[in-house]
Amino acid sequence: MRLALTLLWRDWRAGELRVLAIALVLAVASVTSVGFFADRLQQALTSEAHQLLGGDVVLVADHAFPLKIRDEIVTRGLQLAESMSFTSMARTASEAQLVAVKAVSAGYPLRGKLRIATAAGGADAETETLPAAGELWVDERMAGVFAIGIGDRLELGNSTFKVSAILTLEPDRGTSFFNFAPRLLMRLDDVAATGLVQNGSRISYSILAAGERSAAEAFEKVIAPQLGRGENLQSLTHARPEIRGTLERAAQFVNLAALLAVILAAVAIALGTRYYIKRHLDGYAVMRCLGATQAQLLALLLREFALLGVIASAFGALCGYAGQAVIVWLIADLMKVPLPAPSLLPALQGCAVGIVLLLGFALPPLLQLKDVPALRVLRRELGPARQSSLFAYAIGLAAFAGLVIWQAGEVRLGAVVFGGFCAAFAVFGVVAWSALKVLGRSTGASGLIWRFGLANLGRRAGANTVQVLSLAIGLTTILLLTFTRGDLLATWQAKLPPDAPNRFIVNIQPDQRTAVEAFFTGNGIAQPEIYPMVRGRYVEFNGQPVNAGGFDDRARRMVEREFNLSYLQSLPAHNVLTAGRAFNADDARHGALSVEEGIARTLGWQLGDVLTWQVAGENFKAEIVNLRKLDWDSMRVNFFVIATPALLEKAATSFITSFHLPAEKAALTQQLSKRFPNLTVVDMGALLKQAQDLVAQVVRAVQFIFMFAVGSGVLVLYAALLATRDERVREAAVMRALGASRRQVLASQRAEFAVLGLLAGLLAAAGATAIGWLIAQKVFQFPYQINHWVWLVGPLLGLGCLGVNLRAAARAVLNTPPLAALRDA
Amino acid sequence: MRALCKSVANGAQSLAILQDIGLEVMPGEAVAIVGASGSGKSTLLGLLAGLDVPSSGTVALAGQDLFALDEDGRAALRAKLLGFVFQSFQLLPSLNALENVMLPLELAKAADAAGPAEAMLRRVGLGERLQHYPKTLSGGEQQRVALARAFVMQPQLLLADEPTGNLDAATGADVIDLLFELNAERGTTLILVTHDNVLAQRCSRVVRLAGGKVVTG
Repeated sequence: MRLALTLLWRDWRAGELRVLAIALVLAVASVTSVGFFADRLQQALTSEAHQLLGGDVVLVADHAFPLKIRDEIVTRGLQLAESMSFTSMARTASEAQLVAVKAVSAGYPLRGKLRIATAAGGADAETETLPAAGELWVDERMAGVFAIGIGDRLELGNSTFKVSAILTLEPDRGTSFFNFAPRLLMRLDDVAATGLVQNGSRISYSILAAGERSAAEAFEKVIAPQLGRGENLQSLTHARPEIRGTLERAAQFVNLAALLAVILAAVAIALGTRYYIKRHLDGYAVMRCLGATQAQLLALLLREFALLGVIASAFGALCGYAGQAVIVWLIADLMKVPLPAPSLLPALQGCAVGIVLLLGFALPPLLQLKDVPALRVLRRELGPARQSSLFAYAIGLAAFAGLVIWQAGEVRLGAVVFGGFCAAFAVFGVVAWSALKVLGRSTGASGLIWRFGLANLGRRAGANTVQVLSLAIGLTTILLLTFTRGDLLATWQAKLPPDAPNRFIVNIQPDQRTAVEAFFTGNGIAQPEIYPMVRGRYVEFNGQPVNAGGFDDRARRMVEREFNLSYLQSLPAHNVLTAGRAFNADDARHGALSVEEGIARTLGWQLGDVLTWQVAGENFKAEIVNLRKLDWDSMRVNFFVIATPALLEKAATSFITSFHLPAEKAALTQQLSKRFPNLTVVDMGALLKQAQDLVAQVVRAVQFIFMFAVGSGVLVLYAALLATRDERVREAAVMRALGASRRQVLASQRAEFAVLGLLAGLLAAAGATAIGWLIAQKVFQFPYQINHWVWLVGPLLGLGCLGVNLRAAARAVLNTPPLAALRDA
Repeated sequence: MRALCKSVANGAQSLAILQDIGLEVMPGEAVAIVGASGSGKSTLLGLLAGLDVPSSGTVALAGQDLFALDEDGRAALRAKLLGFVFQSFQLLPSLNALENVMLPLELAKAADAAGPAEAMLRRVGLGERLQHYPKTLSGGEQQRVALARAFVMQPQLLLADEPTGNLDAATGADVIDLLFELNAERGTTLILVTHDNVLAQRCSRVVRLAGGKVVTG
């Protein structure tokens, strides 16, 4: 082991292992930075389940709970607290904004503590108290949006409140991990006076219970089977599946992005290993000549590279640790909860990735070294029997496939991603190789220099293809994340007509309808269509009770919550009938349903099926007579299910509308809120901007991860250059011995590199365009506008990257005296 | 060595490089093998060291039949008995002078590699060059390092392949003087391949090869 360590140190010092070590560090850092981040997220979610519920058992429903549940909690000796959450407009004299309101009863929170501060950005402290009657606590964001501080007034519905603290932490804020609206906390007793709770208001009611562990568990056991529809139990064992699912999928995606760096590192390792072997053939022949046995050499090789793997992976894991801090910093605005310190597991996983890379891509070819004939010391031309590279790397490819599947967390997704990687490599590889071969044969080029440079393209087609391929893949990711992403967003936004609705109004009560209409006309705004809305539950399908358990996750959530139903004589103009008939006079008499085709597919509805709905405790049933197609991007009011009026018009109804508010009339929102305090006005433009900010942050994090891939790509370039350097040096020596000037030698090299850079850039532009087109077609379903800039920027970036390489190559080539180069040969 | 033959396949035909070579070298003897390019000198040296296997015939080293052993067995025997000096020095470029000389000791798992290696380098006059890398040493200095590496294991038999082939006449003469001094000091048996007649004359016996056969010896 000592000798192995000595050899490792000597090889390192001589720079022979640099490419391998850097490739390992990059790959491991890429994987572990994501791994550490995902680990912290995971732990935060788990601890949220304990502490951030605000109680041991929490019941959540979209309606008020019956009194007997409260009695049940109290008789079991558990503590009880209640809360209501909803969104509403809050107003100051000059501003009106949509905010998230949480109203809580005495005793809240049962677990964890609230923290408050006396000024935004000031030091905060735990508190046992709640806002006093007539007072509010606002979060920092809200203080910023309204430019208010302690002592300022804020109107909510019909009431006016005084701000008495800045709220910095709610223990159960985990329920809004990704939080858009500014938040405020108030007393439950103050809600009634605001008049905000009315028919059609979307309110989330929570009951919190906490106490002796056994009592809490017993209560959980008794209450769980009694829960009705729309009622949910959250406890230590029932964490929030939807948040978990979303975040895990996001982490999985970023994980796969991290693998791009791993595969490029694998290429660099394979190239670096070839170079290492070439440099060490003589040394190993000498050692055999000096009496080392094959077993001894094998043991030496294994130990030296195992040491290299462990040291480089450990260093990579350290870099990964730093990397995750950068990710957390990049998406700081997104993460509303402090993240716990990461565990050691991702570091171990990262090291496993490093070892797999070495075992798969370095070791098989390295093993040839032990077979080098000792006779090589007398006859230089002798080398070890060459294995086919396919066989040498078969193990590596298999290992990489395993790695992808492991990171993807499922075989199917893993296989698709691995296939995608292979296909991209194959397509880019074949195109690059063919282009190099064709260019290499083109004899039309004028001048010796160009002819020589171009001929080299074809002669070194193998090594050159690897360079073009790696650079093209790195550049594709860059172009995708800069140009293509912006193009897609711009195209999507351009699709909206300038007068598309940008405000939604919900919660209009029947007695306000005329007044709201008058408000529009009075302020010179086109009268928008106002639709009735009734909340109802889907209870039976063709006479059979609906079993939510029979659906997949997404469908189950749809079935479990209340639907927004509407009733209309005829379908809205912007809905397109795709099957069945429009409502006719018969339908108006007997009642009929029109449903959106997408939800019909999700829930298995077809024309002629009879659905039963429960509205305010009463059931009605009707047949589906048509299917509609909706344009969800239109920013208009859309309904999944529309009934004929006779079925619903007697139910408790609120109204909803959307309209276009020109920028110069933005102040109207504030007037509207003042006049009708219960209305909720949603600013779609602001929401969209928030969504875009969120996307921008995530993209920044992904871009950061891709930096590792770009780093690995550049390393591949360097490794490929090293692999051909000796040959280049020798050629240059011959040229110079024959009388070529340094300038001529440089020019021929420049010609070769220029073509390589251009080719890689063009491939990258084509790749980014193709992927952009695919996303536009398949995901967003709109025609993709090709961005012509990528065709300029891609090749320029390619030239730039290879220009750096050219300098390194030129230095080696020109600084080696021709005689030395020729003598070595 | 007895009835040593080596031929290689050349297309469909077989090309004989060495034919029926018989030679006995006594302990302490210095033998020069001379001949023109292509006469089979280097092939013969490779066979003597067990670096290659003959088509037929045997080589006995200190009573041990070389080709009765497998490759690893021959390697072990080389480690125990043989030292080498090559025309192209064959120093490992990533190791400094001291490390190059330490290498055979380290491979043999010697308890102290640095001590004897340093002493040997001082003996060949490179005490001031211990930490120098091959590329910073002159050709003559590189060959001295190679000599130190060959003698540090106290071999019974030293095989030298054109040891002055890459050196100018004056430097070559210095290196050869050193080689013979060390040889005499340690009573090593020397087999030296060269096409330099002056060098050959310094050996106690000259074996001349031509067309793969011994012509004088």
